[in-house]
Amino acid sequence: MSLRSPVARVLGLGSAKEGSSHWWSQRVSAVALAILGLWFVVALLTLPDFSHDTVVDWMAAPLNAVLLMLLVGTLAYHSLLGVQVVVEDYVHHGGLKVATIVLLTFVHFALAAAAIFAVLRVAFGGPIAGSAA
Amino acid sequence: MPTSVKRQLPLSPFLTVYRWQYTMTLSIMHRITGCALSVGALLLVYWLIAIASGPEAYDRALAVFAHPITRIVLVVFSYAFFYHLLNGIRHLVWDSVHWLERREARLSGWIVFIASVIVTLLFWVVVLSRDAGGAV
Repeated sequence: MSLRSPVARVLGLGSAKEGSSHWWSQRVSAVALAILGLWFVVALLTLPDFSHDTVVDWMAAPLNAVLLMLLVGTLAYHSLLGVQVVVEDYVHHGGLKVATIVLLTFVHFALAAAAIFAVLRVAFGGPIAGSAA
Repeated sequence: MPTSVKRQLPLSPFLTVYRWQYTMTLSIMHRITGCALSVGALLLVYWLIAIASGPEAYDRALAVFAHPITRIVLVVFSYAFFYHLLNGIRHLVWDSVHWLERREARLSGWIVFIASVIVTLLFWVVVLSRDAGGAV
């Protein structure tokens, strides 16, 4: 029998222990991504060309660099929340489920960090950032 | 005590008891396109890192992106993006407790599907017309 009182079960926020926060984060990041994603598509379509010089100049502009980092970070966050639900739905073995989610978390954080570092390197005029350096 | 019995409740997704309807196809497509976008985002990361790695690495990346297989992947990726975006807005509207009637859910489903195809086509018309103009 459970030793938890009814109030503890309520405050425990359900079997996921986090109440609706995952659900809510997914929605908030979705709204942010809709805006950032549309910005990125329009930016890609309005670039004069895709030469290295042009792309570096575009990426080094402060507003573009900040929006790109927000895009990458939000994308990684929303993607992680999404694939986590998929894993929880289809991977039924407890240990494998946890291991898969941990691995996916590492991959998402690593890729987001690498992409953000790439943007920063160009934005701060790294040594090999083309002719803009 | 009822809590001492471990009840075998059905876990989601518990879909096998329902007759298939096309709105369910739209629903699973949202999940499939989401997973596709998670994988496809690797191309975005690759593109950003290639830019930061200098002109030679970037030229190699451009060659990769110009390859027919990559082009096909990009077309699928762009469709997944627009579908997930539009259907995601549909989901957000549902979360605000609107469009939940069956007629509205079906109509908005059709609108999302057709709009996602049209927007994807428009996107590639613009891209290819720029290609023809020597932009890439």
